[in-house]
Amino acid sequence: MSLFIIVALPFLGALLPGLMNTAGRAACAGVTFTVTAAALIGLLTNAPAVLSGQVVTAGFEWLPLLGLNVTLMLDGLGFFFACLILGIGLLIITYARFYLSRDDNMGEFFTYLLLFQGAMVGIVLSDNILLLLVFWELTSLSSFLLIGYWKHLPEGRQGARMALTVTGMGGLAMIGGMLMLGQIAGSYDLSVILQNREAIQESPLYLPALILILLGCFTKSAQFPFHFWLPHAMAAPTPVSAYLHSATMVKAGIFLMARMWPVLSGTPEWFVIVTTAGLVTMVLGAVIALFKHDLKALLAFSTVSHLGLITMLLGTGTAFGAMAAVFHILNHATFKAALFMSAGIVDHEAHTRDIRRLGGLRRLMPVTFVIATLAALSMAGIPLLNGFLSKEMMLEEAWRTELYGAPWLVPALATLGSLFSAAYCFRLIGHTFLGPVRDDYPARPHDPGAGMWLPPAILVVMVVVIGIAPFLAEPFVKLVTASVLGEAAEVPKAYFKIWHGLVPALYMSIAAVVGGLIVMAIFAPMLRLWDAAPRPEAKAIFDRLIAAVVRLAERIALPLHNGAFTRYGAVFAVTVFVVGYYAWSTGTVGPATRAPQPADPVAIAGWLMLVAATLGMVFLHRNRLLSLILIGIVGLMVSVGFVFFSAPDLAMTQITVEVVTIILLLLALNFLPNRTPIESTVLHRTRDAVVSVAGGLAATALAYHYLLRDAVVTPISEFHLANSYKGGGGTNVVNVILVDFRGFDTFGEIIVLGIAALLIYALTEALLNGPVRARLLNRLPDQPRAGDMHPMMMVILTRVTMPVVLMVGFFIFLRGHNEPGGGFIAGLVVSIAVVMQYMASGFGWASARLRYPYHGIIGTGVLIAGLTGIGSWFVGKPFMTTDFTYVRIPPFNEFELATAMLFDLGVFLTVVGAVMLSLESFSRLARRAHMPDVEHPMDIDPSRGDPPVASVPTPAKEGV
Amino acid sequence: MMNATALHDIALIVAFVAIGIAQIMAMIRLVIGPDTGDRILALDTMVVNAIGLIVLLGIAQGTQVFFEAALIIAMLGFVSTVAYARFVLRGDIIE
Repeated sequence: MSLFIIVALPFLGALLPGLMNTAGRAACAGVTFTVTAAALIGLLTNAPAVLSGQVVTAGFEWLPLLGLNVTLMLDGLGFFFACLILGIGLLIITYARFYLSRDDNMGEFFTYLLLFQGAMVGIVLSDNILLLLVFWELTSLSSFLLIGYWKHLPEGRQGARMALTVTGMGGLAMIGGMLMLGQIAGSYDLSVILQNREAIQESPLYLPALILILLGCFTKSAQFPFHFWLPHAMAAPTPVSAYLHSATMVKAGIFLMARMWPVLSGTPEWFVIVTTAGLVTMVLGAVIALFKHDLKALLAFSTVSHLGLITMLLGTGTAFGAMAAVFHILNHATFKAALFMSAGIVDHEAHTRDIRRLGGLRRLMPVTFVIATLAALSMAGIPLLNGFLSKEMMLEEAWRTELYGAPWLVPALATLGSLFSAAYCFRLIGHTFLGPVRDDYPARPHDPGAGMWLPPAILVVMVVVIGIAPFLAEPFVKLVTASVLGEAAEVPKAYFKIWHGLVPALYMSIAAVVGGLIVMAIFAPMLRLWDAAPRPEAKAIFDRLIAAVVRLAERIALPLHNGAFTRYGAVFAVTVFVVGYYAWSTGTVGPATRAPQPADPVAIAGWLMLVAATLGMVFLHRNRLLSLILIGIVGLMVSVGFVFFSAPDLAMTQITVEVVTIILLLLALNFLPNRTPIESTVLHRTRDAVVSVAGGLAATALAYHYLLRDAVVTPISEFHLANSYKGGGGTNVVNVILVDFRGFDTFGEIIVLGIAALLIYALTEALLNGPVRARLLNRLPDQPRAGDMHPMMMVILTRVTMPVVLMVGFFIFLRGHNEPGGGFIAGLVVSIAVVMQYMASGFGWASARLRYPYHGIIGTGVLIAGLTGIGSWFVGKPFMTTDFTYVRIPPFNEFELATAMLFDLGVFLTVVGAVMLSLESFSRLARRAHMPDVEHPMDIDPSRGDPPVASVPTPAKEGV
Repeated sequence: MMNATALHDIALIVAFVAIGIAQIMAMIRLVIGPDTGDRILALDTMVVNAIGLIVLLGIAQGTQVFFEAALIIAMLGFVSTVAYARFVLRGDIIE
């Protein structure tokens, strides 16, 4: 199966669980399982090629100029990780099906899980590092959603935020590092980068690139000092912890270190940074894990510790270390996922994960006991289990590693880490399963159904099989190691054996296990000591850090963004004024190339009215209704002005927008007092006056300047005029520009328009569902109201006008391509026709006759426009290439059909939907409790035969 | 004896002046009020005059494309007047 399909399957499949949600939990989990299984099978079809040492590739160019191409490659390392992700994914999906309760939204969970899975597979199969970064960020986002899946838990939300902050920050750093790496190598393709070891390591940018990339890896893989997010992410449901935080996501950082190992490792910088971070993490994680009482927290810190171990092995920079790391990744994934799932089972059945409240579960949950014990013993490094093998290799590697000139340091710390590791494993077994049966469990523990214990059991079988017969895993691990090493080093010859003879590693191992038993024996006094000792609380530090950053941001942002529009306007106007004046006074000013035209008295009168209305606005703006009326004059005179300058399209647009705006503002004014209160000081107002006068004069000067000169030598309008008919098939240049030349712009604009309308809708919905609802419903009008809600004359008039207006709208739409008009104006005209009905016959009456929801109309419009654009792909043209032809259907005249018209239809529908949705949302706010929506279009309707008095709400009833 | 074109021109000038003065007077009414009803009516008159101005402009420049703008204003200009009136009378324009 093509690599594309393997990566795309989880993403496409992510659509399914949501759809299957209503079909039941089994169907929902089943479809997720099938998608993952299909991807895994697809991966396995590539196994023969990979196992024979080939590298499978697939790719196409996406943004070649940026070096961002969709190139995928599958080598041993990628195959190994993809197997882990998809294979363990299957087990987790099965487990999650039985773990999640009926209250949990399973479709949502599996959607997130598949998104995450796709992103992870994308990371391990990416050949292009920019593509890898995209998937990397996707894992951060999807893991955020998964950790915060239980939205009602504050710990879940906080943990998710913390994880996103830390890993997102690391991801940002990594972007920088990767860009540097790409600059050095001259390509963003891994296959090229991996060939350039010398060039990269000699570059002066090597160290910054290394540090930035390692920041990304360390945050993702929870290395000290970024380890703190992982335990807090344990607020997630257990399947998430088992999947993300043991087997896959936290291994992404390690994967990347392994991927970059051939080019980045082997230098002293790499050795010191990576080995130190790994060692510290390993020891620290193991020590903290011992004293955690929450099963999952214990496992989380043990994961931190084991990730440290793997990091340290990669840090040593030797081939043997890399092989041990690969082997331990495999082993850790098996036993740790099994342990997490066991912890989940205990939590699920006993209703607590607190070790202090558990104990004696051996007799009550025998199956879980066997699974968890085998996995934990493997983690402790007991022979005949797989953890022992890789831990031995780790100790052997540590024995040979010398850090900071002290040959004893690494072996001693590695032994110490193993000692605590063994100790917490023993504590996990001893304090949870052994000991006497208690009678105060929160719930009666018992073994779960096979669906929950089978997935960890399968993993434990692998733990035992690899542990007893390591030669089975050896060829595969060596294959993966070979692809990690690349050409930088040879695969070590060492064989995987249980018995290596009396080597130092064996003594260290024995010391660790015996030490672990001793620690267990003296655990109680140690715990008292630990509890008494002061230690930094990572979450508190993190919270303080975030608070400090927020304060800093506020200190910078708030003075600039204080919410006062006058301040933004003043800053902007003054800046433009100063910069413009500088440009004007230092640049060369050409002579005037045009002569002023004579002004006729009508134009002067119009201009005077504009000026008078504007001046009136300045002095009367505190009266809101009056200023709206004055704006009406401005709009009217501007429309006439547009006609005067031969731009009828603009005039039509202006007048229709004017009407819609006035209706919208009147709807808003209903909730506002009549007068704007004076809120600023005299000084402020003087400042604003000076700034606005200066700005106005400057704008006038600029306009006058350009009226007398040509702005550019050849204006673009000449191109438009020349090509409008030839290329776009329309003689209305304005419309051709909108739907053809700059169709992509228009497409973006209608999407924005639709989003804005939906936002207005969402805001009003939020208001109506919030505490404001009661106040809105019981609000009293601030002035006496006239009696007639829906006067008969207006109803009849608007009813008669409606078809006429619709016809005009239709006409304007159809001929828009060649004569003034088009989808935008037609949309406005039609929505005004509909608004008239709302105003005349009332909200309830009009809504009841609404057949299509406005959201749907917006969506249809955007879809039609988009599909029209996509349509040109099918004839091999770029997005939004238009075509047109002339058809003749008798008895009509020959008329033109252009694909641009279909696009214009999209514009039309979006405009109608957006205008109506925003107006409707506003008028919904004005519903009131004591004013029921009437079914009748008119208050007084003789044809109904009602007694007129009953149906007329009297002014007295309407509340004064 | 003046010819038709000259008469046409004179008629145009007279019409322009008349409508221009009407527009200015309507505007004065709008400013002095005294109450909101007067102002709304004044604005409505201004809309009517604007239609006239646009038609006259079309005649003066000898083009038909302006008439649609006049049509649109004639057809939809009253909606804002109605909206204002409803606002004054009922406060809520869609109820």
